[in-house]
Amino acid sequence: MPDAGYLFAAVGVAAAVTWALRALPFAVLTALRSSATVRELSARMPAGVMVILLCYCLRDLPVTHPGRLPAPLVALGATVGLHLWRRSALLSIVGGTIVYVVLANAVHLH
Amino acid sequence: MVIGAATLADAPAAPDVAASARDGAGGGSGLAAALGDSASVGLGLVPLGLAFGVVVTHAGLPWWCATLFTSVIYAGSLEFLLVPLAVAAVPLASIALTAFLVNVRHVFYSLSFPLHRVNGRLAKAYSTFAMTDEAYALTTAENAREWPGRRIVGLQVLLHLYWVLGATAGALLSTLIPSGLSGLDFAMTALFTVLALDALRDRRGDLPTPVLAVLSALIARWLFPGQFLLAAFVVFTAGLLTRRLVTMARSADA
Repeated sequence: MPDAGYLFAAVGVAAAVTWALRALPFAVLTALRSSATVRELSARMPAGVMVILLCYCLRDLPVTHPGRLPAPLVALGATVGLHLWRRSALLSIVGGTIVYVVLANAVHLH
Repeated sequence: MVIGAATLADAPAAPDVAASARDGAGGGSGLAAALGDSASVGLGLVPLGLAFGVVVTHAGLPWWCATLFTSVIYAGSLEFLLVPLAVAAVPLASIALTAFLVNVRHVFYSLSFPLHRVNGRLAKAYSTFAMTDEAYALTTAENAREWPGRRIVGLQVLLHLYWVLGATAGALLSTLIPSGLSGLDFAMTALFTVLALDALRDRRGDLPTPVLAVLSALIARWLFPGQFLLAAFVVFTAGLLTRRLVTMARSADA
């Protein structure tokens, strides 16, 4: 078990790098804001970024183990279905996660 | 002008919340408006935080690590990744590199995050610190175009609070959850599913953008599996730029 000193140092390093990545680009990129190209990029980026982050979460889908595919796919379907139906983020997240936990642990039991 | 109190969800907002949201848009209480804005995706952070708290203690770290990670680092996916690294006590340089690779995507957010509407050094500093994926998604949405700075920062404070409180509660309550129970981290996948669906709804008719995003992800997964996020964002941005240049060249020809 790592000691508290190490844990604080690790958190400090991770936080410093993260904040630098979030804050420093503003100093450089604010000048570009008036450019039409940057405006178009910024209109299209949010949707693409979220799609990429979703793909990132799904990158370890067990495609080589068909037996373990149903749990993430069904849970993903449940999340999408709930969200298109009720459009409540909380309901979709909680519902999808419950479906996944139930299916994943049911598979492990067998 | 404000478009609605319930920002992403069509969930019925309490009338008083809706009213204070309208006041808040006028420059009054940004926090009251932010409360309404955060009701949807923000509250989704609570179950995700609970899941993170459980992951922390089940990995063998003390409960307060959940509070420390979530309040000081405040970058969800990095925090999930950091748990096994901290347990293994890897060198600090590896942690710095991981933090860089997982969060370098935020460099791209500065192109569209409305920091210019946030006034005051302290508020600006906090706003960049708290520029998470969720904050970025909510503040760049179609209906957030008129939000004043106070409402943006208020929303960020609330998201931060939900995340820290959820994680702390999860860590403290985790003894109630059997340690063999796996899969709570699916909450992160569900969160990004919701954020992607909402962002896509804002850009209905713009099919090339999600297609380009999925292609970028596939290329990154195939060619640079070790640096998935960095590669995917670079390919995606390059793709958007190319598309823009081609369109400009075409309209110049015409």
